[in-house]
Amino acid sequence: MSFSRFSDGGLIDRSRRIGFSFDGKRFEGYAGDTLASALLANGVSLMGRSFKYHRPRGLLSGGASEPNALVTIGDGETREPNLRASMVGLREGLVAESQNRWPSLGFDVGAVNSALSPFLGAGFYYKTFMWPAALWEKLYEPAIRKAAGLGRASHAPDPQEYEKRWAHCDVLVIGSGPAGLIAALTAARAGARVVLCDENSGFGGRLLKDRVEIGDADGPGFAASVIAELEANPNVRLLSNTTVFGTYDSGVYGAVERRDGAGSGPAQRVWRIVAKRAVLAAGAEERPLVFGGNDRPGVMTASLMRGLANAQAIRPGDHVAVFATGPSGHESARDLIARGLEVTLVDARAEIPAVELAASDGARLLAGHVVADALGGKAVSGVEAVNRASGERLRIGVDALAMAGGWNPVVHLACHRGDRPVWNADSGMFLPPKERDGLMVAGSAAGVLDLAGCLKSGAEQGARAASELGFKPKPADLPASREACGGSAGFTTLWHVAEARGKAFVDFQNDVTVADLGLAVREGYGHVELAKRYTTTGMATDQGKLSNVNAIGILAENRGLTPDQVGTTTFRPFYTPVSIGALAGEHRGAHYRPVRRSPLHGWAEKHGAVFIEAGAWMRASHFPQGEETGWKQACDRETLAVRASVGISDASTLGKIDLSGKDAARFLDLIYTGKMSTLAIGKARYGLTLREDGLLMDDGTVSRLGENHYLITTTTAAAGEAMAHMEFCAQALWPELDVRLASVTDQWAQITVAGPASREVLKRVVDADISEAAMPFLAVREVRLHSGLAARLFRISFSGELAFELAVPARHGEAVAEAILEAGKPFGIVPYGLEALNVLRIEKGFITHAEIDGRTTPGDLGLGKMVSGKKDDFIGQVMLSREGLQRADREQLVGLVPLNPAQRVLAGGHLLEPGAVPSMASDQGHVTSSCWSPHLNSTIALAMLKRGRERHGEVLIVWDPLRGIETEVRVSSPVFLEAPEEEPIAAVREYAPIAARDGGAPDLLDGLTVSASDRVSLTQLPDAPVCLVAGPMAKDAAVRRAAKAGDGTIRTVQPGQALVVGEAGEGFAALAARLGASADLSLCDLSDARVRFSLSGPEAAGIIATQSAVDTDAKLFKTGASAPTLFGHVPVQLTRLGKDDFEIMAFSTYARDLAESLSRAIRLLG
Amino acid sequence: MASLITCPHCGVRPKEEFTIRGDAGPVRPAPEAKFAAWDAYVHLRDNVRGVMKEHWQHSGGCRRWLVVERDTFNHAVHSVVDAAEFAQASAAKPGRKAAPAKPAKAASKGRGKA
Ligand SMILES: [Zn+2]
Repeated sequence: MSFSRFSDGGLIDRSRRIGFSFDGKRFEGYAGDTLASALLANGVSLMGRSFKYHRPRGLLSGGASEPNALVTIGDGETREPNLRASMVGLREGLVAESQNRWPSLGFDVGAVNSALSPFLGAGFYYKTFMWPAALWEKLYEPAIRKAAGLGRASHAPDPQEYEKRWAHCDVLVIGSGPAGLIAALTAARAGARVVLCDENSGFGGRLLKDRVEIGDADGPGFAASVIAELEANPNVRLLSNTTVFGTYDSGVYGAVERRDGAGSGPAQRVWRIVAKRAVLAAGAEERPLVFGGNDRPGVMTASLMRGLANAQAIRPGDHVAVFATGPSGHESARDLIARGLEVTLVDARAEIPAVELAASDGARLLAGHVVADALGGKAVSGVEAVNRASGERLRIGVDALAMAGGWNPVVHLACHRGDRPVWNADSGMFLPPKERDGLMVAGSAAGVLDLAGCLKSGAEQGARAASELGFKPKPADLPASREACGGSAGFTTLWHVAEARGKAFVDFQNDVTVADLGLAVREGYGHVELAKRYTTTGMATDQGKLSNVNAIGILAENRGLTPDQVGTTTFRPFYTPVSIGALAGEHRGAHYRPVRRSPLHGWAEKHGAVFIEAGAWMRASHFPQGEETGWKQACDRETLAVRASVGISDASTLGKIDLSGKDAARFLDLIYTGKMSTLAIGKARYGLTLREDGLLMDDGTVSRLGENHYLITTTTAAAGEAMAHMEFCAQALWPELDVRLASVTDQWAQITVAGPASREVLKRVVDADISEAAMPFLAVREVRLHSGLAARLFRISFSGELAFELAVPARHGEAVAEAILEAGKPFGIVPYGLEALNVLRIEKGFITHAEIDGRTTPGDLGLGKMVSGKKDDFIGQVMLSREGLQRADREQLVGLVPLNPAQRVLAGGHLLEPGAVPSMASDQGHVTSSCWSPHLNSTIALAMLKRGRERHGEVLIVWDPLRGIETEVRVSSPVFLEAPEEEPIAAVREYAPIAARDGGAPDLLDGLTVSASDRVSLTQLPDAPVCLVAGPMAKDAAVRRAAKAGDGTIRTVQPGQALVVGEAGEGFAALAARLGASADLSLCDLSDARVRFSLSGPEAAGIIATQSAVDTDAKLFKTGASAPTLFGHVPVQLTRLGKDDFEIMAFSTYARDLAESLSRAIRLLG
Repeated sequence: MASLITCPHCGVRPKEEFTIRGDAGPVRPAPEAKFAAWDAYVHLRDNVRGVMKEHWQHSGGCRRWLVVERDTFNHAVHSVVDAAEFAQASAAKPGRKAAPAKPAKAASKGRGKA
């Protein structure tokens, strides 16, 4: 007789049939089934094969700890292996497959391993495959991998979508059994914000599985009434199918919500739950008993057999045996007898309390007996019991066998912070460690095994959690409860049955037996950590949830110690396996990290740019035209055009920092190696910054725009680091200085126009005198364009040609670039990209971060003159004077030209003297940058060479063993092209001025899902000026006063800084005038640096929780509240404009990326 | 998953919003200070097991530099103050030292838990 379904009873809905398949065969189950229960109902008890011996296996514990019934769900791309059949809710069309068998589950060739088992004992990996080592990779490992192992994942990209969310609460309750339910109820009634998680699809835990009475309800009825009350409480969030998988620092818990088959929304959602207190009510696992054949399908824990009978109406057969060491065996026997089954109770105890005997009345009792062996093949057919006193053996035919070996409290989450559970010899259990960081333990997880005790414990911990947070919980009015053996909670510890004849499994998933553990002890691997690695006990996907305590007990017996002396291995997240997809959330593929788009991105795209990733930016690499096939042809043409006539490129990605405050000049002197305070208004200067250790940090320019107003540019690569460095200097090193720093990178589209005709081209666009006299090298001017637009013009060159940089507010960037391109047509203007820019700068010996590599000084790069000797102090000054940084034999910047100009030299190659053997000692330096120069018709390179400046003309070898290239090169000056001697190109005739079109704010939501019915909607807010009001920290009140004059909402960034938004359609100047800010405050125009979105509707806060950890609870984050925070990886200013109405102010270059993230979250609402 | 830091300006935020720099104890010497003082400031750091004060920037929030007092052993955060306030307070203290004050008591407490 096999497993089947009772015709009545259970919590299943027999009117809702659900079709599914297992190993290609179609079956039916009911709503309320798990995959495991539905298989058993269909008589399928063989669900898997074991890892090593390929033994037939069935359901064993049935819960999160299930070691045997592992299946693969889904097919094709969605294939997910190693899922516990007991944790998979049945859904229509579910496709499940058994694992680790070939060719079929019933007939598995690998089972021959079982016959070979004498050779496959503990440590066999280490002993058998020692030599020769080469065979490991080719033979042993593939063979072992094929024979052993569990399910196989799909190799296709996962088409499912995942989401992450933050949640905030006062009390997190983990587990919704009797203790968890009462704890949640008590805390919620006191007014606390509660999150209740349960890893199962229904709430109630054991209340859904055991026949008990609470007040005048049964278990399921009581659970339903509590859940109904919690559901009605707006302060409570109920998360079913949600496993809390880890306890982290500062009361943060990780949880995964499985929504597979939900139809819409993410397949899984990872929650990061910030909880002030937590009540761990995860219950206890029934301890399996270790006897011969204890792994046969049909052998399972008593609580599983009982739960299946009560909840899913699973009939384990006609006659079952229960092997007990305590009352839960008698309770299970009672429930099975009540269902009309014949029960034989084998109890290891000779003396059994009367209350237990009363409970199991009707069972055939064998007191003082143990089950030595379970008999049968792919299913249990009987048991061999042994009288412990007489040794007499007796065989009993049964259809299934239940094991009630005591309980293991589920203490994992209380131990994730490094604490170990504590052995309690009286109860024979490992109990939770001392409380840490507000995590309390209630119910069976704390070792309380009776129902009344669990309810009481839950009420106490729920009340304590709430009252510690200042709530006033009422004393719980606990209903009376009744269970079969109420009051009899203890059990006798039986680590293993010595009388067993067959293999007695301790770790089912990894096939570790009692004999293996004994062998480990005999061979000197008895320490719990060594035994784990040697035998692999506790190392499978279940991490020893069922097996570890028995393993510790058996090791203790073997070593003549107590379990606390043996101790436990370390508990770490994750409690159960979590898929990588869920942990990655949306951050994969194109959204692996945020993409920053220059304000000229669309313009470059329109002109055929090929983009490359450069940090977070997408930058135009080159602009192929016509027949050009590769980047090099385009790069050569662009480079030649710039030197011959004129080119246009995008410099918007350079870091731009607005510096103001009365100590700005002093501050610059402290930051830069040169003296910046002497810079005249309207002039720019090239500058170097050092680290405090004297090595170069970055280079860039400083322009003085006003008495106390500067614009700093940094390299694209170091923009973030440079800003953080300057903020550190201003805030932590010299807080007494009055300086205000604001990133204006996003505010300006910065357009480089370079080449001898650049002035002629710009003349057509800029309505100002830009002649050599009016606009000499390093001049900076506020100018107007012919369109009337205000702009900034810089006479700066990064390519060594006559060149200008024109900065216009970001939204006008594309129109102005277009106008310049039009203006440059008569001169043959070309757009050029990063590749050409690189060639142009190498030809001139200009450095980038290839040379500023954290090892070089200004002197090394030939920039020693930029270090002022006249200053008292600047960052890096003292350490730069170190002997080692001033030595004559340091590596210095040189140029390299191969003797054969067509030969390649690549960055990273090392320099050797001809004939020298490659070694550290003979190393002369290395190549930092290289390119093909179309002007010199040769490869050229920059390099760092020992004493390089005295070695021009010398011939060396570039040794590049990685690429197998050796190239003879001649050392030269790093400046390959001298300044052009000819005059800049003047126009042969006067060309008409060109007025750029008006740039409008781009539609950043184009093509995106922006609403989910009436639950949430995302809009781009109308154009309005944005101003950063900044003053010294002490002037915060004045800053706030000025900020209030904008639209009435103060968007505080930091003390002394607030963002102000004006009215739609208002200009920046009008807003600035209206703020009435005193002269000692700085007003910085960020109208083009920010984009504002509105997110509104009842789900708006939920969408925000997918992005930011800010707790938007209406009581804490009231209307008018504003906070700078991260959305994913992108900084934003979040402001609450109304109950369900939020403003998200984003950096404009990140805005599209952010809009895509928000849109995705909205789409997943379904 | 996260650990939480309470920014004095922004409130409780996850560590992902912050960037760590390192020991906040060393004080930048005067330019004319002995070379050994500079060497110590730039290069020498205690590898503290226990409570120490560190510079963190709330880079994903207000962008203020902070001094976070935390236990490197169990990650408990004991206090967070603005770095400007910290610098001004330690400058006001007579006889300030370049080396951080030894958090002896807390460190031994951390050690006890090993
Ligand atoms: Zn902050």
